Amino acid sequence: MVGDVEHAFSYRDPSVVARRARLKLACNLVSLALAAALIHWLQRNLGDYPLRILNLAAINVILAVSLNLIYGFTGMFSLGHAGFMAMGAYVAALLTLPQATKDVIFLMAPLAWPFNVLSAPPLVAVIAGGLVAGVAAFLIGLPVLRLRGDYLGIATLGFAEIIRVVANNIPSVTNGALGLKGIPGFANNLWWTWGWAAFTVWFISRLVSSAHGKAFLAIREDEVAAEIMGVRVTYHKTVSFVTGAVFAGIGGALLGSLTSTIDPKTFGFMLTFNILIIVVAGGLGSITGSIVTALLYTVLLEALRPIEAGWRLGPLVVPEIPGLRMVVFSLVLLVIILFYQRGLFGGREFSWDWLVNRLERRARATTRGETPSALRARQPEPYRPSTRADTRDKSMSHGMGQAASGQGGTNDDRDALTDEAGRDASGQQSKLT
Amino acid sequence: MTWVVFLQNVANGLSLGSLYALVAIGYTMVYGILRLINFAHGDIFMLGAYALFYLVLVFTLPWWVSFAAAIVITAIMGVLVERAAYRPLRNAPRISALISAIGVSFFLENVGLVVFGGRPKPFAVPQFFTQDHSIGAVRVMNLTWVIPLLSMVLLLGLTYLVYRTKAGLAMRAISYDMETSRLMAIDVNKTISLTFAVGSALAAAGGIMWALKYPQINPLMGIIPGLKAFIAAVLGGIGSIPGAMLGGFLLGIMEIMLVAFLPALSGFRDAFAFLVLIVILLVKPSGLMGQEVKEKV
Repeated sequence: MVGDVEHAFSYRDPSVVARRARLKLACNLVSLALAAALIHWLQRNLGDYPLRILNLAAINVILAVSLNLIYGFTGMFSLGHAGFMAMGAYVAALLTLPQATKDVIFLMAPLAWPFNVLSAPPLVAVIAGGLVAGVAAFLIGLPVLRLRGDYLGIATLGFAEIIRVVANNIPSVTNGALGLKGIPGFANNLWWTWGWAAFTVWFISRLVSSAHGKAFLAIREDEVAAEIMGVRVTYHKTVSFVTGAVFAGIGGALLGSLTSTIDPKTFGFMLTFNILIIVVAGGLGSITGSIVTALLYTVLLEALRPIEAGWRLGPLVVPEIPGLRMVVFSLVLLVIILFYQRGLFGGREFSWDWLVNRLERRARATTRGETPSALRARQPEPYRPSTRADTRDKSMSHGMGQAASGQGGTNDDRDALTDEAGRDASGQQSKLT
Repeated sequence: MTWVVFLQNVANGLSLGSLYALVAIGYTMVYGILRLINFAHGDIFMLGAYALFYLVLVFTLPWWVSFAAAIVITAIMGVLVERAAYRPLRNAPRISALISAIGVSFFLENVGLVVFGGRPKPFAVPQFFTQDHSIGAVRVMNLTWVIPLLSMVLLLGLTYLVYRTKAGLAMRAISYDMETSRLMAIDVNKTISLTFAVGSALAAAGGIMWALKYPQINPLMGIIPGLKAFIAAVLGGIGSIPGAMLGGFLLGIMEIMLVAFLPALSGFRDAFAFLVLIVILLVKPSGLMGQEVKEKV
């Protein structure tokens, strides 16, 4: 990842490769431990409101990373996320609602079998929600994934809307437009939401750096060419679509628990657009971008609240204007899109390389008999962002915090790829949109 | 179902379909030229209705004058949107322009909520439109024939513009190949502005007639008609103007007929439009009148 000749050469040495892998593992473990400590501390010390925002941010991470898998990595323009979220949310809610609540809220029609007798612990319910969404995605995908480009987007948007309208019209399962109330708030807990977010990031980053991931990228770049090269296009598209949908369902299940109320209106196409905005603003094909942008997005939406509450700046008195927040927000969004046309991260990923490189350089210098002080004398700044790649690595190390924890596993594979191809894997990605 | 009721439903379907067709034109023209799904088009539709509302209310202009003025104002808004939000992204990845369109849609809706207020406003319908005549056993409100008729006139005008004038030739040339058109000394930016002006004007006319039909306006009124019109455009083959008209009428008539023949399913009306769309896309992946795109490696 760094254009340092001496360094690139040492990549081929197995012992160096192994040492770098060990270093990265150590980095991952340390950051995981730090993230766990941070979550522990935040869970104890934050009030309800900030906790809720952080939980929501984690859910947005899950949703954005899963949509990024479908659109950013596999190139399938899917606008069906809200539909899959709805399926996950309803299934999980129906499985976790206490019997007493079920008896009270179903006014229009009694709850149908099997949900009137089934109930499950939260973890099982969330997984079931994800699996049901996955099955739905499989069934929808069978006919629809043949479509391409904008047409695929429209068809998946259509399915999401159909799911929503159906939810509105089958009161014996969904309670119709009244929705479900009093869903147990198990997801109102950082361990739950960020745990699922970490699992999502880990799973999807493993997936995209596996052989499957290479097939996804091939399909994204050119479906016909990929097929000719022997990539099983239909199979891989289905895998990507269904995996994304499973995590969308999980995200929906957690969202339902966090908000404690769901109704069909929650899952309109604007919800999908919000997630799409996060994915594109973060950079297509960048998991790091999705994570950081999901956090920024959630926090920004809340941080803008004071401006509509009415404020004064010297002689200027601004009265309370409800809705002004969203006006400012959409302007911010437009500005970001106009100035970062490839998203904030433009397909690049966070990696530990900058840190490992620095440690390695120091280690090599020491074995050559140079003392750390002599090294410093030779290199006034041990880490100087001289190349573009370096600058990027450094800037990405900011603000990652806990979000980075699930990431590191992918880097080894990616390094191997870099070595083989003799070029910068992430740079390669950023060109291709 | 008697003949009278059936004919009434056909008339209803035609008037709804002509509104979809008017709005669908805007989607399809922009898509044909820029390959951009202009998600803000539904909100331009809303602006048209509000423009008329305020022209009548504040300036107390005569209705027909306000109608024309509202269309002009909305057309200018459409051009401004293109200038500010789409033109800078002409060479950016296509998805950026799409997100920009979603951003504009957010922006217009929320500005609408702040400026116009979230509460629905009653839309003043001139008496002429609500008068009804009886033709045999059928009682027909003036509105029922005015909407399709006016739409037809506008659609004919559009067809003339696109297929019989130099400006229309430029539009078609650009949608065929933008770079070559530029080399042929076509002013691409001007033509795209014109496309947005025409599309927005038709959307404004659609929005105003929609408000006459359902006389209550609110800042979010454009979302569902916009979505339906978009479906209509895709149904007919996005990028094709006759396709958008066909799709609009087809969707309008089918929707009304679904409700008329199967009232039990009227709750599924919105889903039905998408179902039809998906079925048609699976059979004809580029819509009824769209061009097949062959893929080369």
